[in-house]
Amino acid sequence: MIRDPSDLQRYNASERANHWVVGICFILLALSGLALFHPALFPLAGLFGGGVWTRILHPFVGVVMMLFFVVMFFRFKHLNQMTQTDWEWVKRAKEMVDGDDHNMPEMGKYNGGQKLLFWFLGAAMLVLFASGIVIWRAYFSAYFPIGVIRTGALLHAAFAALMIIAIIVHVYAAIWVRGTIRAMLYGTVTRAWAKQHHRAWYRQVTGK
Amino acid sequence: MALQSLDIAKRSATTTEPPHARKTIEVAKLIDVSKCIGCKACQVACMQWNDLRDEVGSCGGTYANPTDMTDQSWTVMRYAEVESEERGLEWLIRKDGCMHCEDPGCLKACPAPGAIIKYANGIVDFHQENCIGCGYCVTGCPFNVPRISKKDSKAYKCTLCSDRVAVGLEPACVKVCPTGSISFGSKEDMKELAEERVAELQERGFKNAGLYDPAGVGGTHVMYVLNHADKPSLYSGLPNDPTIAPTVSLWKGFTKPLAMAGIAAAALGGLFHYVMKGPNEVSKEVEAEVEKELEAEK
Repeated sequence: MIRDPSDLQRYNASERANHWVVGICFILLALSGLALFHPALFPLAGLFGGGVWTRILHPFVGVVMMLFFVVMFFRFKHLNQMTQTDWEWVKRAKEMVDGDDHNMPEMGKYNGGQKLLFWFLGAAMLVLFASGIVIWRAYFSAYFPIGVIRTGALLHAAFAALMIIAIIVHVYAAIWVRGTIRAMLYGTVTRAWAKQHHRAWYRQVTGK
Repeated sequence: MALQSLDIAKRSATTTEPPHARKTIEVAKLIDVSKCIGCKACQVACMQWNDLRDEVGSCGGTYANPTDMTDQSWTVMRYAEVESEERGLEWLIRKDGCMHCEDPGCLKACPAPGAIIKYANGIVDFHQENCIGCGYCVTGCPFNVPRISKKDSKAYKCTLCSDRVAVGLEPACVKVCPTGSISFGSKEDMKELAEERVAELQERGFKNAGLYDPAGVGGTHVMYVLNHADKPSLYSGLPNDPTIAPTVSLWKGFTKPLAMAGIAAAALGGLFHYVMKGPNEVSKEVEAEVEKELEAEK
């Protein structure tokens, strides 16, 4: 359903669905993971039917997330190659966060910050998946020496915390930059939004 | 349920003080390996008192039976044949089981509130009704003691017969040992007893005899008298210098407050950024430009 024919398509339905499967998995994993990470947050286990169910479900949700993340990763990989302009953007990001984006270089579909987040999430997912398998007591831990399991537990916790912080930044950026969330809800953005925030992409898709 | 509910020194995944109105003496079990004949009466007594029956296994080449601790076998006699030039062949027999650390790695690692309790008397006890089966206790233990049941996914290990001790009885293995190799009492008394025995052994030519009460885990409430205390690992891999692994300490120590602070800072940072800097909206200027471009298209 397109309300305004001048709007620009940023994501197709399949990309959006893919993103939301990953997003929902992330929320479930963050809540259940935090329940097992810090005693103060153990009550979150109640959301999943108690501690035992939290322990059972968490790794399976992780596998689902990894599968869909891999698909998303290869879908968007070619759009996230860092360029000289992206690094320039990253250097100036502080000015923009401070409220002045007049000197920001023109960005394509993704800006330098989004691209760095993309690569960080890729790396974090890899570490979380690998360490998650190692500490998955019910099926896999028996195949690994204790030192590897201990390192796995530490890495899993550390990268999960970093990833939660990264996703908070990701979500906040979408809230802060008005008119962004609709791109992930129904796929389109206004022309003005595109020209403001991703001018090179705007030129590319409109020919202006 | 915790039996000694008023004398709890530490409770897993609990950040507030556990109930500890009552003071008790610290207890300890002393296992004198030099008196042990490897008869396994302690294993039988453990099974009988705790009403456990392990499966009939296979022989691993030593007298050890079963070959390893399981959720049904909380103590196992291990038999090591050690050869040295000085003494020739020695048969070193050790009753393996939970060491009841003063600073228990299992309790430190456990994410389930109240699944692991350390009583004021030093006994570290698993409370299976609170156990979620994650196996973090296995990850945290420096002695490779906890075992996760295949049947119910709960962690099991020696309780030091906390139920017997709570009513003034000695652990079942102590009760049954025919050579007096296992003693039980206050930790202080047990250390004294050990000292006497160590002196005896040294007199008899075991010049490295000593007490195994490793400081790396704050001491233990199960201690060994070893005739070769300089090389604990001779006794079927008893750790020479056990400590909670640095990775576990980091995971369960510094990482927790740091991660919580980082997550809170990110969330609050976002909120206050929004409140103080305002949203990043499309400028009127750009809107007008786009409007003009669309007009021109028509």
